Parts: sequence; C-alpha cells; structure tokens
Amino acid sequence: MSVWITLAYLLAAVCFILGLRFLSSPKTARRGNVIAAVGMGIALLATAVQVTHNWEFVVLGVVVGSVVGVAGARMVKMTAIPQMVALFNGVGGGAAALISTADYLNSAGGQGPGVLIPVVFSAVVGSISFAGSMVAFGKLQEWMTGQPITYPGQQVVNGVIAVGIIGIAIFLMATSSVPPLFIAMVALGLILGVAFVLPIGGADMPVVISLLNAFTGLAAAATGFVLDNTVLIVAGALVGASGTLLTLLMSKAMGRSIANVLFSAFGSAPAGGAAVAMGAEGGTVRSGSADDVAVLLAYARSVVIVPGYGLAVAQAQHAVRELADLLEKRGVEVKYAIHPVAGRMPGHMNVLLAEANVPYEQLYEMERINPELERTDVALVVGANDTTNPAAKDTPSSPIYGMPIIEVDKSANVVVLKRSMAAGFAGVDNPLYFNPKTTMLFGDAKKSLNDLVNAVKNV
Amino acid sequence: MTSQLLTNITILVLAAFVGFEVISKVPTTLHTPLMSGTNAIHGIVIVGGLLTVGALAGGWVGTLLGTVAVIFGTINVVGGFLVTDRMLEMFKGRRPAPAPPADPAKKA
Repeated sequence: MSVWITLAYLLAAVCFILGLRFLSSPKTARRGNVIAAVGMGIALLATAVQVTHNWEFVVLGVVVGSVVGVAGARMVKMTAIPQMVALFNGVGGGAAALISTADYLNSAGGQGPGVLIPVVFSAVVGSISFAGSMVAFGKLQEWMTGQPITYPGQQVVNGVIAVGIIGIAIFLMATSSVPPLFIAMVALGLILGVAFVLPIGGADMPVVISLLNAFTGLAAAATGFVLDNTVLIVAGALVGASGTLLTLLMSKAMGRSIANVLFSAFGSAPAGGAAVAMGAEGGTVRSGSADDVAVLLAYARSVVIVPGYGLAVAQAQHAVRELADLLEKRGVEVKYAIHPVAGRMPGHMNVLLAEANVPYEQLYEMERINPELERTDVALVVGANDTTNPAAKDTPSSPIYGMPIIEVDKSANVVVLKRSMAAGFAGVDNPLYFNPKTTMLFGDAKKSLNDLVNAVKNV
Repeated sequence: MTSQLLTNITILVLAAFVGFEVISKVPTTLHTPLMSGTNAIHGIVIVGGLLTVGALAGGWVGTLLGTVAVIFGTINVVGGFLVTDRMLEMFKGRRPAPAPPADPAKKA
C-alpha cells in the first residue's frame, strides 16, 4: 500500500517537472499546465486514500476552496493577474504556516531537530509570505497606496523583528514545547511580512511577487521535511528555484541589486537630480494631433510599438492591435517591443497582448529589438515611461541610471501616447519628451488609439 | 541525523538543480504563466493539510488549523491551474490567424 502511495507521489513529481519543461514554448505551454495539474490530481488521490477520519472537514475544505478558486480564476481580468497571483501565493504560504503550527501543537514539540527545524522554518517563512502577499495584493489592487510607506528607522525596526523571530526560533529548538511562544513567533512572522512589503513601491512589485513565490515554495518544501513527503519537497524546490531565478532576472532588468529593490523605498521622493539634468536641456515639448501622427504612421516602413502599464490601465490592448492590423494592411512592418518589467509582473505585458490576439511572433524582447530601432521609422510609445527613459543611459545622477531601456530615442521618429506630463512610477522625469524627434499625443491611451485608428483609415 | 533526513536533503538539492535547469529554458514571453503555474504547484501543501486533518492524530485545534489549510491549499491549486490555463489559451501564433478577412494583405 505504502509503496504505491510513494510511487504515486514520484509520478506526481515527474508530472510537475515535465509540465514546467513544456512551458519552454508557447506552443506546448498549455499542455504543460495540464500535465502539472494531472500530477496534482495524482498526488491528491494518493493522499485521499490515507484519510481515515474527519472526512466532513476534508470535504468542507475542498468544496469551499474550489468554489473560491474557480470564481477567482474565472472572474479576474487579465490586467489584475498580478494581484491574483499574489493572493494565490499568499494562501499557499498561509497553508504551509498553518500545517506547521498544527503539527507543532499536535506533537507538543516533542520531536528531534530534524523535524523541529523545518517546522519552525515553514511556519515563519509561510507567515511572512502570507502577510507580504496580502500587502502586495492591497497595493496592486489599489486598496492602499502604491507609493512606498516609510518612517524613520523603519529598516532598524524590521531588523529587530527579524532578530526577535530568529531568537525565538533558536529558543524553541533548544527547549521542550512552548506553544504560546510558537504562536508569538508566527505572529511576528506575519508582522514582518507586512512591514517588509510596506516600503516597497508599486513599480517594484514584480520583484516582490517573485520573491514571495520563492518563499512559499521553500515553505512547502520544509513542510515536506516535516511530513517526510517527497512530492512536497520536489514541488517546493521547483517553485523555490523558479521564484529565485525570476527575482534575479527582474532586478537585473531594472539595473538594481535585490537589496536596493527591497530596502531602498525606491520612488518615494521626487528625484531632484534628473529634474536638474532636464532643466539644462531646456527643450520644449511638441504635441501633435491624431491626424499628424496617423500620417507619420501610415507612410512609415517600420513601426515599433512600445507598450507599458498605461496601456493596461486604459484597457487599450485591443485598440492597439486594431491599429497594428490596419498599419500591416497598408504594408507597414509592425513589431512590439516588450521591456522585461513592463506591466506589474514578469511577462505581464505578453499576456495582455495575447489577450488581444497579438501573435507572439510579433513580440520582441528588449535585447532583440534594440539593435533594430536605429532602422525603425516610428517608435510608438503607449503608456510606457521609465522603460524608455534615456536618462537611464546617459544621466548618472538619475535614480534609474543603469536600468536597461528600450532605446526608442534611436529611431527616426518617436510618438508618445501619454495622459499628461506626470512622471512615471519611479518618480523620474523623462528627457525623451523634450527630444526634438518626439511628438506627444496627450490623452487617455484607449481614446488616442481609437482616434489614430480612425485617422489612419482616412489617410 | 537520520538516513531519512539525509535522503530528503538529497532530494531537495537535486530538485532545486532540476528546477533551475528547466526554468531557465522558459522564455520571458511566458514568465507570467510560469509564475502562475509554479504558484499552483506549491499548492501541493494541500497534501499536508489533508494529512493533518484526516490522517494524523490531533486535537480540535489541529483539525481547525488543518481545515483552514485545506481551504487555502485548494484555492491555491484550483485557482492557480485554472487562471494559468486561461492565460495560456490566449497565446496564439500567427498561423491559425484569428482575423478571417484580414488575410490577403498580411505579410509572413
């Protein structure tokens, strides 16, 4: 019996790895997700046969969870995917913390360090992940300000909480069972989760979500140590690896270290340095009408569209596709340039454009499109700001200096669709708008794009 | 150090390497579905919740915490896989073109 259960868990682990393997191409990705889901089903069946009592609670939990999960997954808009992922990630971390707490209370802590260490680890990391994900959700859902929330001595306070947690953890491992202290440690973990995400701004959320994803994975792996369950260890390790890799990738794409992203409350103060650099340029902003821009686009040979989060906010992904189709019909070559941190999580913009039926072959990564921009007639920037800011390349005093950008200033003409002259999420001014090559088209992205569609039709 | 613990550590380390290897092959285009998909995979903690509630001996506190863990884990698993599927369904290539009349002027 037990042999079959172990083999079923192994099969589930293999399905997870194969599922991730299939995610390496958009063609096979959907099948990969199904394979991983089948693996999950196998693991759950193998677990269900071990259930001997409390069936009513098991069924209750599964039914309630399924209803919530299905409703959430069905109703969420594609622009809201990041907060949905944060939410799902949070409940996963919460589950890990709850299981460890239950295990500690059940066994009265009377286990060797081989179990006690992972119990403590999973409880702390799981609760940090749960609370941190909830704050990330609140910020992304705009239930609270996306700006960093800071106060003097914040990092010191957070450091003290972290040291307190470590102190209690060590004490718990050294002594016999002290349930109240264990609960206190979990509570401190929750507080640290909140305190740790509060000072991180909305623009840095891709990094935070990746990191918390890795946290939950590690908490799940630790739970596997507690229960001596290999499929939990394998699955947890896979997720931990994926979250870590994406975290590193994201911070690299922003040209900053992970420590800088997590601890510097980036974007809180309006940046003085870049404003000075701009004053020196002293250029004027040229704003154009939809008709001017339509002529420019319609007679171009090549157009590169650079979408940013503003496009998602305005729900303009369908309008931009319509414009691109129209231009292609006229024989214009259209490509989309996707910055790694465009949107609110890694690859978010690709999902939004896929929703609008943009074929994925048309989406170009930053490294692939930058060499082509010199030969591009018009770069059309829609709701993107910081990811096109030339100050990141040539103004060492700028806060975003060093961040790799999509070099739209290299193309022959630049058109920027933007609501107003307000600064982007990083709170940094953008000299691109003062470039003589640049035409600004002010207004809501969706309305501007619809105007452009009509104007191009009439050219 | 029991041999079981050592075996578990071995599995953890090897799985992490497999994870890095497999994940680094995923293109940036698919990073959001990747994250959402791995998110669903860590919902495997629901196994721990099921065992806590239904297979291990424990008082009512354990049952209560375990039941909440099962709810959370199920949300994580069901929601995670479904939303990932919704996203991946939308990723289409050029060949099965979704716009029927726009074909003649289109370039390859």
